[in-house]
Order: sequence, then C-alpha cells, then structure tokens
Amino acid sequence: MNFSRFFAVFKARNLEFFRDKSSLGWNLIFPVLLLVGFAFVFNDDSKAVYKVGLLSSSATSSAEHAFLATKHIEFIHYEDLEKAKQKLTHHSIDLLIDFEKSEYWRNTLSTNSYFTEKLFLAEESTFSSQTLSGEAIRYVDWVLPGILGMNMMFSCLFGVGYVIVRYRKNHVLKRLKATPLSAFEFVSAQLLSRLFIVTFMSSVVFIGCNFMFNFYMLGSYIDLLFVAMLGAMSLISLGLLVASRSKSEELIGGLLNLTSWPMMLLSGVWFSLEGAPQEVQWFADILPLTHLVSAAREIMTEGATLGDVSYHISVLAVMTSIFLTLGAYFFSWNTDR
Amino acid sequence: MQPILAVKNLVKQYRDVFAVNDVSFAIEAGQCFGLLGPNGAGKTTTIEIMEGIIKPTSGQVLYQGQPVTSAIAQQIGIQFQHTALQDFLTVKETLDLFSSFYQHALPHEALIDLCDLSEFLNRDNRLLSGGQRQRLLLALALINDPEVVFLDEPTTGLDPQARRNFWQLIQNIKAQNKTVVLTTHYMDEAEQLCDQVVVMDHGKIIEQGTPNNLLKKHFGHVFIYLPTTQVPNDLIAEHRWQVINDNVEIVSENVESTLSMLIAKQVPLAQLQVKSANLDDLFLKLTGHSLRE
Repeated sequence: MNFSRFFAVFKARNLEFFRDKSSLGWNLIFPVLLLVGFAFVFNDDSKAVYKVGLLSSSATSSAEHAFLATKHIEFIHYEDLEKAKQKLTHHSIDLLIDFEKSEYWRNTLSTNSYFTEKLFLAEESTFSSQTLSGEAIRYVDWVLPGILGMNMMFSCLFGVGYVIVRYRKNHVLKRLKATPLSAFEFVSAQLLSRLFIVTFMSSVVFIGCNFMFNFYMLGSYIDLLFVAMLGAMSLISLGLLVASRSKSEELIGGLLNLTSWPMMLLSGVWFSLEGAPQEVQWFADILPLTHLVSAAREIMTEGATLGDVSYHISVLAVMTSIFLTLGAYFFSWNTDR
Repeated sequence: MQPILAVKNLVKQYRDVFAVNDVSFAIEAGQCFGLLGPNGAGKTTTIEIMEGIIKPTSGQVLYQGQPVTSAIAQQIGIQFQHTALQDFLTVKETLDLFSSFYQHALPHEALIDLCDLSEFLNRDNRLLSGGQRQRLLLALALINDPEVVFLDEPTTGLDPQARRNFWQLIQNIKAQNKTVVLTTHYMDEAEQLCDQVVVMDHGKIIEQGTPNNLLKKHFGHVFIYLPTTQVPNDLIAEHRWQVINDNVEIVSENVESTLSMLIAKQVPLAQLQVKSANLDDLFLKLTGHSLRE
C-alpha cells in the first residue's frame, strides 16, 4: 500500500464529488425535503390503530381475556419489562399489560393511553393500575434515523457502484491500470472517499435539520457517529461487491435498485417492523440498513449505548467483512476489449 | 544489440476470432516503430498486450530481454486510443494525480513546456478541445520519463493543424532518444514519423521494414500524370496508359527517359505531376483493399 497514491486518488474523488454541484445539491436537499415533508404530514402523530404491549411471561389468549379480541388494536409482545415501559414512555405503545400479575401501565401524558385504558377496564376491571409519564416522540424524531440511513444507503450504493462501473466503461480504470496504482489502493481510496463524503454530508444534514426540529437525542453523539460510519462501510462494501465486475451502466442500475428497494421498504425506515410477520422480520434482519437504522434509532430515542446495540454492530461488522472480501475477490479492472 | 522490446509468436483469440495471429517483431531502442493497418487489423490488441494491459492467448513479449511483468508500468508511458479523464479535475490537478503514481516523475514545468499545456493548465478536463486533450494525454504518458512511449492512434479525430502540431511533439520526444511505439491508420503519419513499420491486416503481419525500403522493394517506378487533353489518343493506346479522372497515368521506371520521350513526341508538359508510391499504394498492393476501408 503506497499512501501517496492512495491519498491522491482519495483527494481526486472527493474533488470530483464536491465540484459536481448538481449531485452535491441533491444529496443535501433530498433528505431535508423528506424530513420537512414527513414532519408536516405527521405533525399530530395521529395513528389509526392503538398499540398495546403484552408482557410475554404471561401467556395469554383471546379465549381467556376478551380484551385481546378487541378489533383495531395491535398487540405487541415484550420479554423485557423495562424495554416495554420505555416504549410506553415514548408513546410507541399506548398501554402495557401483565396478565400474570394482573397489572397494567398507562402513560399519563398520552391521549391514546387514556382511551385504551378505558377500553381495557371495560373488559378487565380488577387489574391494578401503574402510571408512567413521558412526552411522545414525534414521528420526525422517530423517522430521522431512517431517512438519514436511507439517504446514506443510496449515496453508498450508487456513489461507489455506479461510479466504478462508469469508470470501467469509459476507460478511466484502464488508464489507471496502466500506472503502478494497485487495485487495492484504488478500491480502498474509493471506499474511504465515499465514507468521508457520506459521513460529512449526513452530519451537515443532521446538524442543519436539528436547528429546524430540535431532535430528540438521549444517547451519545460519538456512539451515533460510530454506528453511522460502520453502517455506511457495510453499504459501501455492498456497492463495491455489486459493481465488482459489470461494465454496463444499465445492468448496474438494475442491480443497485434490486439491492436498495427491499432495504428502503423493509428496513424500518418508514414504519416499525414490530408486529410484522416473522418471515418479514427474518428477511429484514439480513439487510444492513435494518441494523444501521435500528442501532441509530435506539441510541437516539432510547439512549442505548454501544453495548446495548452490540448485536447490530456485530452484524454490520460481519456483513462489511463478507462484502469487502467478496468484492475484492471478484473485482476486475475489466480492460479486455 | 538486444532489442528493447521483442514480440514472439503473439496470439490473442476472442472466442473463434483471432484478433492477433502469430505476430513476431523486435524494436530497437530509440526507434519510432509503427504498427500500421486498417481498423480491426489487430494493432491495438497487439500494443495493449505489449503494455501488459491484456493477456495474450499465447506468445511472449520481452522488455529488455525479460518477460513483461506489472513492474513495466514504472518504465513505460501509454496513450490509449479511448481514454476518459476524471471529470471536474483541472489539467494541473490531473498531472498532480498521475505524478503521485510514480516513484520518479518529471517536473511539471518540463511536461508543460514539452506538450505545450501552459494556456489551459487550469481548465477543467471536460472543457478541453480534441487537440488539447491529446496533448494532456501525451503529457500523462510522459510523466514518469519513460524509456518507451506507446501511442495508440494519437491523432485520430484531430484537425490537420492539430495533427501537424502533434507530429512535432512526437519528433521532440524522439529527439530525447526515447523509443516510440505508434499505431496509426494514417500513412502520411507513419511516413513522417516512423523508422520501422509493421503492416498488419486480419491479425497478421503482412510486411515489415523501413518505409523507404518497403517502397523500394514493392515499387521500382513512379507515377507521371498529364491532362488527357494534352496527350494524343494514339500515344495512349500505343503505351496502354490508363486514364483516371481526366488524367493519363504513366507508370515510369525512369523519369528522365519518359520525359525525353514525351518531349520528342511534342506533348505539352504543362500541369505535369510526378508522384512516388506511398504506403497507401503499398497497402493497396499488398492486400487488394484500401487502408481506410
């Protein structure tokens, strides 16, 4: 590895990105527009369906408890009481019930909690009541990690995948191959340049939007930055893998769309996957964006530490290693005519 | 003396097509060596195998007696036929980028002078004219002060003035005693620049030597042209001269005796033209089809 060569390519790629004003503008404006749009549309945080948490230690069925047969209520099982209480505090659920101990928790600051309690007491009047209080997390607070994550995903996948294929197609790679620059130096410069660009752009968007929305942030900014960079690295490596051999911009466009669309829909960007069918959750678990968004969301809205999100961090690290190894193995300058 | 580059029995096969088919030649140091042929003759494939960019199906390329390895990149300079430069970089930044790739790079001032880059040094690569772009690509090929410079159709698409200017740059490089390997399908370019040429067609070498020797070998005559109106018909019929575009073409092995004969026959010599055979004629003779087909 020759650092002078690596740094020259890194610098050249950064200059190319920051001087392309249209692309730069899009990368800044797109996430801001989405955030502003969602803040406006979901301003009152109104949701048609009530959500009630059930502590799973109390195995229950609608035959035993008529309340569980109530229509238009989504029931979500929790193993951990503290986690469930945190969800209730943040208005992610409207009521929390432990059938085994015949007690329930409500949030005194939540209108929905008030209504679900009334519905619940109509069926079960003997349960003892516990109260919690906490302001609702606005949808914009909840959706921010998703939108930033999604923007990072597009930037990483297309910024690496598409650019490498374009370089390959228009013979920039061929010209570079004719120099002593090694494939490793070239690829690592591309990856780190994109990591720098994505981190920088996401930080600018985050800081800028924070002035507008004053985001809810319980965790550490350093932890958030770490998770964001690791998540970006896994997505960049995925972009490299997808682009490792192709010479066709049309094909790579299709492959990148095929990679990005499932993540956009099923990684918990727009809505929580809690309560989704198990198969969907399993599928979501193999998508890097799911782990990036979940870890960032837990740090921001629940104050999670890196230890608390170690599962997501481990998965992202393993995915990065696999994608990088395969991407480097399959990478081709593809200079044959 | 050991040649600086030797190509031995080179073959490159793409499925059932032989792009290069058993090609061998040697290049002496300090020469300008031309690979000539029409599009699709196998010139670019041959030169790119010599550069180590693509692998041959069989055969060998030796650089200073040793098989070519990736280490050759430090010692050669390449100008490809089609190369895109990175967008949004200026000419100066592109020189900086490529300088950083080599252990030994020429000072920028020398390159700017040699390739005449000073007037557009701070211009974005995307805004360069064809001639400026080729001059920058030549500068990149020379940036590591290489022993051998490969130029693949360097003047294709340039206007006549830009071509002439580029030829002068190549002459300057030759004057520095560098070896130049050039592919072209412009025969005037080869005649102007090359000390040795190889003529290729359909992946094979059909002739090689110095341009002068090849012409002497294949053409012991010159062509004399006179307007048809000046030459009596019986004289044309007697000598079986051909009439081409209102001109009589006289193939002559001795210009003095032909001219004496014409004067004796009182043929007016106004608008007389004498033309030697050139490499275009040679290619036509060797292959039966024109070079630019």
